[in-house]
Amino acid sequence: MNNSEHFTKMRNTESRDLSKIPILKNSVFFESIKSHCSKGLRVSSYFSFLNSKKQNQLIIVLADDESSYFLVSSTIIEGREFPSLAIELPQIQLFEREIAEQFGLIPEGHPRFYPVRFHHSYTESDAWNRNKKHSIKPSVIDFTDVIGNDIHEVAVGPVHAGVIEPGHFRFHCFGEKVFNLQISLGYQHRGIEKMLIGGPDKKTLHLIETVAGDSTIANTIAYSQIIESLSGYQGITLSSLLTRAILLELERMANHVGDIGALSNDVAFLPTSSYCGRIRGDFLNLTAEFCGNRFGRRAILPGGIAFQLDTELLSRFKQRFCKIFDEFKSAAELFFSSTSTMERLDGCGVLEKKIAKEIGVVGLVARATGIHCDSRFNFPSGIFNFTQIPIVFFDSGDVLARALVRYHEAINSGKFILEQSSNLFEENKASSLFLDYKLKPNSLSLSMVEAWRGETLHIAITDCKGRFIRYKIVDPSFHNWTALEVVLRNELIYNFPLCNKSFNLSYCGHDL
Amino acid sequence: MLSIIKTRLKQGCRTIKFPDRGFPLPKNYLGKPVIKKCSKCQKCQTICPVSCISESNNGISIDIGKCIFCRKCFQVCEEGAIQFEKTYELAEFSRSNLIYSTEMKKQESLLNKEIKRVFGRSLKLRQVSAGGCNACEADCNVLETVGWDMGRFGIQFVASPRHADAILITGPITKNMELALKKTYDALASPKLVITVGACAISGGIFAESSEVLCGVKKFYNVDLYIPGCPPHPATILHGLLKLIGKISE
Repeated sequence: MNNSEHFTKMRNTESRDLSKIPILKNSVFFESIKSHCSKGLRVSSYFSFLNSKKQNQLIIVLADDESSYFLVSSTIIEGREFPSLAIELPQIQLFEREIAEQFGLIPEGHPRFYPVRFHHSYTESDAWNRNKKHSIKPSVIDFTDVIGNDIHEVAVGPVHAGVIEPGHFRFHCFGEKVFNLQISLGYQHRGIEKMLIGGPDKKTLHLIETVAGDSTIANTIAYSQIIESLSGYQGITLSSLLTRAILLELERMANHVGDIGALSNDVAFLPTSSYCGRIRGDFLNLTAEFCGNRFGRRAILPGGIAFQLDTELLSRFKQRFCKIFDEFKSAAELFFSSTSTMERLDGCGVLEKKIAKEIGVVGLVARATGIHCDSRFNFPSGIFNFTQIPIVFFDSGDVLARALVRYHEAINSGKFILEQSSNLFEENKASSLFLDYKLKPNSLSLSMVEAWRGETLHIAITDCKGRFIRYKIVDPSFHNWTALEVVLRNELIYNFPLCNKSFNLSYCGHDL
Repeated sequence: MLSIIKTRLKQGCRTIKFPDRGFPLPKNYLGKPVIKKCSKCQKCQTICPVSCISESNNGISIDIGKCIFCRKCFQVCEEGAIQFEKTYELAEFSRSNLIYSTEMKKQESLLNKEIKRVFGRSLKLRQVSAGGCNACEADCNVLETVGWDMGRFGIQFVASPRHADAILITGPITKNMELALKKTYDALASPKLVITVGACAISGGIFAESSEVLCGVKKFYNVDLYIPGCPPHPATILHGLLKLIGKISE
């Protein structure tokens, strides 16, 4: 068998019969992951599922940004252990811990072998031999210790000072200097992946909508593409695809604008903070003009969009959008032209490109270190097969770069919406009727969408009856939390809020 | 300095005249359900993803403490027995008032005079997200922006539970947050209020059947205010808070 047969190549939103996915010998499987990653491929997903023979089958999905192909392969684990690649391939470490927690398999030689979300495994076996009858206490682990005179420990959370989601942060400091930060999450774990098994049913779409409330549109598009691919549906209209893209870019703008406001609040530059806070709400209200919900719930369905477009709505949308876009530009320009605030962001929380690649960072954080990683361009789906939004990237990898990526992306998205919204036309057919679909049995389908944080990957595997036996969601935050830990090393502790805000990662998207 | 003033003039004063002039709701917004008599064909009950519809004497009843406003029920109803009004005033003091049916005569939501006396001019909130997806949280956050400016009514989010009068809970209460939530609640000084925001916090919402969540707040605490929705509109939340402290009456 030559090297190319170790993997099957898949395009974004493609589905493939399970029998076409190679099942490699363990040793070949792990070797070929290492050799491909050394050539610059990224681990997009790595997970286990129980196949029809009730064996643990590991699936790896590697992303080849240059050829726009996903490389998929698998292996079957007979015993309870599998070799950990985490030391040679740090980007895989969290995936291995996730496999351990969900299926009780032990990655041998893992350097940081802690639970990810603190829940019981899906199977009988538990990687930490925890008793099923006892509840699991979150964040009860051996935190990395830093020992020495005058080293002090700062523990933050799970309940934070603001109106945000819970998570635990443990700093080891010398004076104000942070030596080590360890983040322990899992407080938001609602068991979404487990609930999705056996679907799709009447709940599935709504569970997907709540994976991460601020990325509802990205997640529902990814899910819809999976269903369309697995049911072989070809009838989606160009106008529906365009509307989806416009909603996705609106979501991106709303969140980028909110983040620029939050960053300016953290450096005490209050004008932009208060303007952007309001403008974010205005963008959400624009989304609600379409579907009635500020976060785009009930906006997207498999088969198209869930609301009717009419001329009145479109003209009102365009008018309001122009005004808000203009207000955003003036608020952001004020922020970026203030020397004192730029001085504060410049050089703060630097993530080096080399390290970013090593830990497998994605999305806007990656682009702020100069990595050309944008799935709208690298793995296009929907309308992005036909039209492109320019990628934004900066090299410095600091808070300023992440702020600038946000600003320019919001501007580019705004231009895209302005340009494309004139191509939308009245469509009478709300595609809510697409309900009685039948999915291909024994298949694997994957779908990637560039959410505002980065790539959101959904993978579905169906059983012989066309029901999900596994539905894997990889939120961009899952790739990026480690980067926040790295960035804080040797940074000053008072810069943590600023660094954290410049990442603005999702807790519930990570915890699922 | 000049550019700051110039931008300030351009941006203008944008605080909404709430509650006097209300808030313009979007065309497809769903608020209060209005239910007519029907033949109980059960189509809506079958399609509802959160089982919030049940049979009552003359037809059906909808529990908006569970409802995620997915609009499937009225799309599937051939008799047109289910409609949703475009209103944002959904918050209630009692759980039973969230259930709408044909013959429902809603109990008057009685203002607690003691709450008005103690908290009427200043209400500090400690928000805790216990599995919330960040949508309810974002709609709470937006109340602090200049657009809604909740502070003008004397209502504010505070960082420490010691400074808070009320705990505002979002999310279905994950098992992993149970202890942290309890500790936060215990840290509030009495008298304290409990406010639940969103279908998840009220009943577990879409996560009601998950083994990893504890299905809402009701099991643990006496709830003083229920704000339904998935997520509730900021206008719904602010209206509820103002109703609680007696700044507006129905």
